[in-house]
Amino acid sequence: MTFQKLALAGAVALMGSTAAHACAFENEVEIKMLSAGFEAWKAVSEAMAECGNFEAELDQEFRQKQPAAFAANPSLYQIGGVSNGTVTPLLNEGTIRPLDDLIEKYGQNLTPNQLIQIDGKTMAIAMMVNTQHLMYRSDIFEELGLEVPTTYEEVLEVAAAIEEAGVVEYPLGATMASGWNLAQDFNNMFVGYGGTFYNADSTPNVDSEAGMKALEMMKRLTEYMDPEYLVSDSTYVQQQFQQEKIAMANLWASRAGAMNDEAESAVVGRVATASAPLAEPGMPPATTLWWDGIVIAANISDEEAEAAFRVAMEGLDEEMVRANNSDAIWLVPGYRPDEMAQGAIATATATPPPPSYPSTSQMGLMHTALGSELPAFFTGDATAEEALAAVEEAYSSAAREAGLLD
Amino acid sequence: MKFKTFAMFVGPSVFLMLLFIAFPLVSVLLNSFQVTQPVFTTQEVETCSAGFLTQNCVTEVKTIPVLDENGDTVTTTEWVGFSSYANVLGGQRFVDAITSFDLGALLRIDFWRALRFTLTFTLITLPLVLGLGLAIAVVVNNATKAIKGPVIFVSLLPFIITPVIGGLSIRWLFYGDGIVTVWLEALFNTDLSIAANGWAIEFLMMFYRVWHVAPFAFVIFYAGLQTVNQDTLESAVIDGASRWERLRYVVIPHLMPLIVFITLIHLMDAYRAFEEVIAFSSESYRITLQYLTYDYLTPDDAGNRAISSASASAMLTMVGVVILLAAPLRRTWQEHRGR
Repeated sequence: MTFQKLALAGAVALMGSTAAHACAFENEVEIKMLSAGFEAWKAVSEAMAECGNFEAELDQEFRQKQPAAFAANPSLYQIGGVSNGTVTPLLNEGTIRPLDDLIEKYGQNLTPNQLIQIDGKTMAIAMMVNTQHLMYRSDIFEELGLEVPTTYEEVLEVAAAIEEAGVVEYPLGATMASGWNLAQDFNNMFVGYGGTFYNADSTPNVDSEAGMKALEMMKRLTEYMDPEYLVSDSTYVQQQFQQEKIAMANLWASRAGAMNDEAESAVVGRVATASAPLAEPGMPPATTLWWDGIVIAANISDEEAEAAFRVAMEGLDEEMVRANNSDAIWLVPGYRPDEMAQGAIATATATPPPPSYPSTSQMGLMHTALGSELPAFFTGDATAEEALAAVEEAYSSAAREAGLLD
Repeated sequence: MKFKTFAMFVGPSVFLMLLFIAFPLVSVLLNSFQVTQPVFTTQEVETCSAGFLTQNCVTEVKTIPVLDENGDTVTTTEWVGFSSYANVLGGQRFVDAITSFDLGALLRIDFWRALRFTLTFTLITLPLVLGLGLAIAVVVNNATKAIKGPVIFVSLLPFIITPVIGGLSIRWLFYGDGIVTVWLEALFNTDLSIAANGWAIEFLMMFYRVWHVAPFAFVIFYAGLQTVNQDTLESAVIDGASRWERLRYVVIPHLMPLIVFITLIHLMDAYRAFEEVIAFSSESYRITLQYLTYDYLTPDDAGNRAISSASASAMLTMVGVVILLAAPLRRTWQEHRGR
């Protein structure tokens, strides 16, 4: 995570050209957007820029800037790119506005599924879903006559077979960089074993049977990974695939497009996707569902909000999706799921379906506590019990300071 | 000088020091003793979010902050005494580890883990920086005039490079399939994973720090070498002193104040080490006290930041620096009075 921070710390600014091409109207109001910097956001911001007077800041550190930038009056950005994880502080602090009247006026093309509603008020418009699911080297599986694993026990068996055959350096890859990534990897496995992160009274609940099982399974999986897995973030795993070093990984759907990017991938057409494996039969796939979308700031004039919303709608139209079909699992009409989208679709439509990543204050604290205390288990400095106890301890003290626990 | 003239000369700088040093310090100190938190309420909320095909709606009890009529979060500020300090030091886990004399458990608490590494890091790099800096200075001083310029330039390069960039270049040499790792693997015919070993990362972090700071020591020592009394050196030669004896009994005593100066600066800098953790992504294995403060300050996805704990951690770091500096500062003071 931290390495990613460095590599992407410089914000990429895209200046919109003033000449409007494919935009239905000419935008007269100056509009700025702050969002994450992955492919889908590049596609969307470029489409928005066609309306003119638009400037996008694509920054992987957006999550740290956004709450403060939107709390300013007037807000520093009119449009924000968020996910279900990062929308929490904006909702909590009331710095984004309900969009229902704007949708009525300009949102004819939106499908009901895109509306993110809190108590009946639409607070965000989703543009894509994202989830971590299985990606594997179809050529290796075919060559060795392997079945695509559906549970993590099968993943281990298949990994052993691949290791035996010695066709790649490491059978498995995983986004287990200490911090946010490792915590998210644990989250996936934890919900796969039916765990709940905290109780109704905000007390922690990870030091449980599900927590122990999740850690145990993760440890077993690491035996088939590059031993440097504690620095391996999404980009690292993506590159391991592209450079033919690994054969399987539970990786973000938003990274699937990169596998077929001829400029950087040596495995074009040889990576396939499948549903995220189950941790336990009968449970949902061991992963969480995410959405990415846009919000409009509360601390701006209604005029600006209207212009911002219209620009955003231009960015999320059919034309954009057609041109960038493989960049994401779009929710926008006009999307045609391709071969690489099969894994994400299978994951999202599984019965029972995987849970959405919870957007709550408690989860923010829990995610941080997991990210900083779990590495000790993987380096061998702590046992699973000790690590989980440390997580609960760290969560509780942070929650007391944040005012969530007495 | 008249007091008025003195005051007019010093006034602006005193004002700026108060504004930029004293005031922030006091505010950090105050923050470490108080906790500001939003007022939370629990209420049932219906959330509809995007699935792949259909919307998923769930009604659940959520804990959300209370907003006032202007739409700002209502917060309360409370004095909490030393509870944030207790938090940073590990609270109950610390007490348990101490009462059972369990060093392993103590070193699993972030603060003590950070303190252990920061101290080792500071104290091991110090003699290396002094030694290497002096060695380069002596070598350059004895080099022929023609190559002196280029040699000085090359020796200074590590100091000129932006710290994080320098750290990253060393990381890239060793992590994953870095060039040096590949050479070593070929040389010893094994498979190496540098980033999977705490001690290897610790070694690289120290190596980087010495590589980066030695040129600073070199510049200071080199300047000092120009002022060594040549007569004393010559008489030492006549007395039959060897090269080593001249260095030991003439040059080093002469450079002693500079050695103390570099020691002071290095102790301060190394105790506040931060960029190594970032450049080498060493959080899983090694963290520093400064990194700990940063970690508390970084907001999570839900926007929570532990400002009080961060302030307490910053104050503890400062106390640590003061303790470390006490010995060399006392020495300087005594010398000063002796003169």
